[in-house]
Amino acid sequence: MPQVFHPSANTLSRVVIFSLAAGPGALLGLMYLLVRSPYQTQVGVIREQPVQFSHEHHAKGLGIDCRFCHTSVETAASAGMPATHTCMTCHSQIWTGSPLLEPVRASLREQDPLQWTRVHDLPDFVYFNHGVHVQKGVGCTECHGRVDLMPLAWKEKPMTMEWCLDCHRNPEPRLRPKDQIFNMEWTPPEGSELASTAHAASAAEPSPGAHPNTMTPVEVGQLTNCSICHR
Amino acid sequence: MAETPHDDGRRAPLPPVLAPGHTYGSVTATISDVVLARALDWRWAVGMGIASSLLMLFGGAVANLLFRGTGIWGINTPVMWGWAIINFVWWVGIGHAGTLISAILLLLKQQWRTSINRFAEAMTLFAVACAGMFPLLHMGRPWKFWWMMPYPNTMALLPQWRSPLVWDVFAVSTYATVSALFWYVGLIPDLATLRDRAKNKYIAMAYGSLALGWRGSARHWSRYKSAYMLLAAMSTPLVVSVHTVVSFDFAVSVIPGWHATIFPPYFVAGAIFSGFAMVVTLMVPLRSWFGLKDFITDRHLDNMAKIILATGMIVGYGYAMEFFIAWYSGNPYEEFLLLNARPFGTYSNAYRMMVFCNVIIPQLLWIPAIRRNPIVLWVISIFVNIGMWLERYVIVITSLSEDFLPSSWAPYSPTIWDVATFLGTLGLFTFLLFAFIRVLPSIAIAEMRELVHEKHHEAHAAHAGHGVDAAEAREENR
Repeated sequence: MPQVFHPSANTLSRVVIFSLAAGPGALLGLMYLLVRSPYQTQVGVIREQPVQFSHEHHAKGLGIDCRFCHTSVETAASAGMPATHTCMTCHSQIWTGSPLLEPVRASLREQDPLQWTRVHDLPDFVYFNHGVHVQKGVGCTECHGRVDLMPLAWKEKPMTMEWCLDCHRNPEPRLRPKDQIFNMEWTPPEGSELASTAHAASAAEPSPGAHPNTMTPVEVGQLTNCSICHR
Repeated sequence: MAETPHDDGRRAPLPPVLAPGHTYGSVTATISDVVLARALDWRWAVGMGIASSLLMLFGGAVANLLFRGTGIWGINTPVMWGWAIINFVWWVGIGHAGTLISAILLLLKQQWRTSINRFAEAMTLFAVACAGMFPLLHMGRPWKFWWMMPYPNTMALLPQWRSPLVWDVFAVSTYATVSALFWYVGLIPDLATLRDRAKNKYIAMAYGSLALGWRGSARHWSRYKSAYMLLAAMSTPLVVSVHTVVSFDFAVSVIPGWHATIFPPYFVAGAIFSGFAMVVTLMVPLRSWFGLKDFITDRHLDNMAKIILATGMIVGYGYAMEFFIAWYSGNPYEEFLLLNARPFGTYSNAYRMMVFCNVIIPQLLWIPAIRRNPIVLWVISIFVNIGMWLERYVIVITSLSEDFLPSSWAPYSPTIWDVATFLGTLGLFTFLLFAFIRVLPSIAIAEMRELVHEKHHEAHAAHAGHGVDAAEAREENR
């Protein structure tokens, strides 16, 4: 009886069998990496903006507080974007002829707000609230990174649900004293876990002079209820 | 001994499991010719035509479902599980005969399984494929089916492990995988036979690729046997586990008529009952159309009829227990549903028909002449298929339609699209089966040759009067 296949078919069949076994695994692995890569999460990707605003210059160089522009960050869901008038506090006086600022002047002239491109765009079914996070001791840098070192704004953290839950399941190590929320350079005090437990305790039982909202009891277990973020 | 025909003077002798006079060559030729040599049979062509038409109907029904949503079905509050779940359970149940025949009867060394196992396994796979359609389509967004899997997602979420619907995903997918592997491993020597007998080069290459270089060496056979036995051992718990988990879909809930501990065993028995009925429904015409009566003898029909009778009795016991527990528990909702709504209420016709098909009709199988009459047996198997479908209809519809609060009751009726989808899966099933018959050997050739060998030894030993030697010879041949 003649042979149906050439001897090279042995190699071919081994390759096929191996691929059938390894292929799906490799594909899943690739997808696993892809959805966590900046290609999907946009971490570190600089978006095109109408004005090339530098947080590095304004926050670090000039020392302007976050809240000067993001006025509602302590009380509202949205941190708030500054009105053109906020820019004009200074720029009606300095750099008045700068071509970089022409869109800002045009905005004032035409009474038409600047259309910034969102860098942190959560899905619409997520009800994120800046106010409660700030009130409970989450510093800006926990989610936004060192914005004061960004010449142009980018996303520092992936903002995946996994990442949110990472903190919601165990918030203590990421909380800080109330007066350090807007401090870009704050780091947890030396002494590791004990220290983090200590200031978590201080967040739960507010020190004199702390914001009254801190007194609202929050059970850590409640932070992973679906309706905390999805309503 | 069940294997040998005997005549104790009172009963008619049992027909043999293999018609006398067959050799290795005649067995191989008869079975492989169905695939390689036979011309197109007009009955096959007509059957395939009907199956393909129904398959197209299925395509249309699914397209309409995806376009318009599950609202095209008759489901609505409170009956959110309509025909889709009925059909799912019905199809999964039918699949059980294959695993039972291939795994448990193999381990129990029942010779008569040899000529029906390949076909029953194929039937299992196709039935599971049909069953799988319904939960997928019932999702409404089937392209999101992978949300049921515990994959490492960026949401840090896993499926709800407390839900039996998630257990179902694993039970059915494991079942499908192991059944497919078992079927394929069993096919390897036969694929090699087809490769060697094929006249056409490309057909030889197609079977050759699937045969994985099988040469039939002693080492091949040794490994093949261990793999086959291992797979049989792995499949054995699946016979019980799959329909147990399917029954949990109902039993784990608190709905009257569902929340019962009898459900797992009663579902498993029902599954085997309907599975064997379906094997009979398909085998009777198949063996006559393709000249396989020498291999699928009246002995096989007789044995399958006995299994149908036995499992039918268990199912009947399950129905009786439901009545007893409803009364004994004193739960007013259970009592209402089982002692009033099911036998006398809105859906009493379905209930009574179910009892007639599943409990009363199979009692005819006590009579040996009926067990060996293919036509009567075929008709009975159709009754059982219908009865088992009605059983799932009664369970799903009556309990959901009329549960705790009369104010929230609502009647259920299927739409034309429920019917179209169900008929469509019948088409899918038949299409796959008809294709299988023409493309792969529907009886395990290698195992039949082994049976010829065993029969030869048995005859030899019986002639010499050495029963012990025959048993030893059989052991050696395994």
